[in-house]
Amino acid sequence: MKRLYSHFGDRVFAAFLLLLGLGVVVLALLMAYELYRGGSLALNRFGLLGFALGREWDPVIQKTFGAWPYILGTVIVSLSSLFLSFFPALATAIFAAEYAPRWLAQGLNFLLDLMAAVPSVVYGLWGIFILAPWLRDHVQLPLYMWAAEHASWLVPFLGVPTGYGLMTAILILPSMIVPFTAALARDAIALVPREQREAAYALGATRWEVMRLAILPLARGGIVAGAFLALARAIGETMAVTMVIGNSHKLPYTLFGGAATMPSVIANEFTEAVEDLHLSALIAVGFLLFWVSMAVNFTAAWVLRRQERLVKGAV
Amino acid sequence: MSLEKELALRRRYRVERLMMALIALGTLLAFLILFLVLAYAFLKGAGALNLDFFLKDMRPPGETGGGLRQAIVGTLIVDGLGLLIALPFGLAAGILLAEYPDHPINPYLRLLSDTLNGMPAILFGLLAFILVVKPMGGFSGLSGAFALGFLMIPILARSTEGVLSLVPREIREAGLALGLPRWRVILSLVLPTARAGLITGVLLAFARAAGEAAPLLFTAFGSPLLELNPLKPIDTLPLRLFAYAISPYDDWHQQAWAAGLVLFALITLTSLLARLASRRF
Repeated sequence: MKRLYSHFGDRVFAAFLLLLGLGVVVLALLMAYELYRGGSLALNRFGLLGFALGREWDPVIQKTFGAWPYILGTVIVSLSSLFLSFFPALATAIFAAEYAPRWLAQGLNFLLDLMAAVPSVVYGLWGIFILAPWLRDHVQLPLYMWAAEHASWLVPFLGVPTGYGLMTAILILPSMIVPFTAALARDAIALVPREQREAAYALGATRWEVMRLAILPLARGGIVAGAFLALARAIGETMAVTMVIGNSHKLPYTLFGGAATMPSVIANEFTEAVEDLHLSALIAVGFLLFWVSMAVNFTAAWVLRRQERLVKGAV
Repeated sequence: MSLEKELALRRRYRVERLMMALIALGTLLAFLILFLVLAYAFLKGAGALNLDFFLKDMRPPGETGGGLRQAIVGTLIVDGLGLLIALPFGLAAGILLAEYPDHPINPYLRLLSDTLNGMPAILFGLLAFILVVKPMGGFSGLSGAFALGFLMIPILARSTEGVLSLVPREIREAGLALGLPRWRVILSLVLPTARAGLITGVLLAFARAAGEAAPLLFTAFGSPLLELNPLKPIDTLPLRLFAYAISPYDDWHQQAWAAGLVLFALITLTSLLARLASRRF
């Protein structure tokens, strides 16, 4: 192997590839460094912890910046939509990998690709004009009226039923992240050795028992990794969320009322930020977002590598 | 069979039927919103589509007619330039990953490609803002192209690696047995064999970037007129759709739906072309 690289042309070629390929590494490092440098004005002023935990975001009068409302919004929206998307995604993966006839499985795979390919702004457009008004008239208002009459303690948690708020964002995100969980879970299920199934069926297990006892435990890594990838997408999803979430950073958040996430505040305020401190604070939010996504993506990659080793060991 | 055993068996069958029903229901639920979104895009968008939509630039609110020519052309310019920026880096990283499996940098390259792949697109926009918009002193199509290019590099790297690893080992061995140096084997044997897959990967990266609005908000910025100079702000379909959707004008809402439909058609066509390419060549 070593000698193959020793040819002069090969050494040049490999060096050339390395130089360009390092672009990926440089891109990651540059992003971390430039986002830190761009946000350093705000980070130095308030301190990293003070900035991350600060509850005031007031670019106009007090000129103080704290990212906590956006961090909280991101955590609520991404975890809730992951929870809502997980079981449908797992069901799709199980159905496509195990039970669907070939033609139907191919159709489902095509639909999953399509779901991931539909641009975020198109989901957002549907959210603004169809989902939000429908939720307001048929879910939020009736619920609000009922709560006002029968359970007035609930009202402060519900908030104003405008249609544009936390609830709408949480309901529109799952369909955008389903494909990431479903695709990885499907591949992991399909990779489980056939003998596992045959052994369980031979013992008289029903289809669900085979799935629960013989297949899902071995596919666990792929499913968990898929969930983390979906979580990363949910955290970074910008346009659809910005369009329906109502963009308010007033704490405490309510179920129907407006909220904001880290990407949504950057998308919303960046072009309007005139002062250096405001701009720097928005870039600092990006810096925090970078590390959050980095951590989630690293976890996904790590779980997936472990799973690959596990399956290779089993075969 | 004793009564107890029979009851236990019945219970197991009940659980079986319940779980199968839940799996079917969950699968339907997963696709529900996709169907609704597409159905509405077709219903609402088709009405606003006509030849003017493709041939005329946008009009100010109040004036009817007009189209989104500037956004359609702009999408192709910004996305195309982005692809040109991303191609050398993405391809090189993919070749390195697939053809030099024991290169010491590969584990890091693979991990960082995966991580960047899942990064929020808006962060690539922030990076392009800091690196291009600020030094150049204003928004421009070029900075948007950089943002989309950054976004496409890790996608291209991973798809290239995947395609090249499908090329049979015998092809490389045949070349090496003829005494070709490794670089000739890669350039003249491996890459041509994988051509179809490479084209598929490139088209998919293009489609992914074509739908992005977030990284372009503060880079390409948008423009109401047809702009071919990449040093000036350029409009793209997702940007215009966003601006129209949050505007208060009914006319513009109509066109936003039409823009959504065209954007969707553009991306579906590119993906179909990609599938076709992987079959044809």
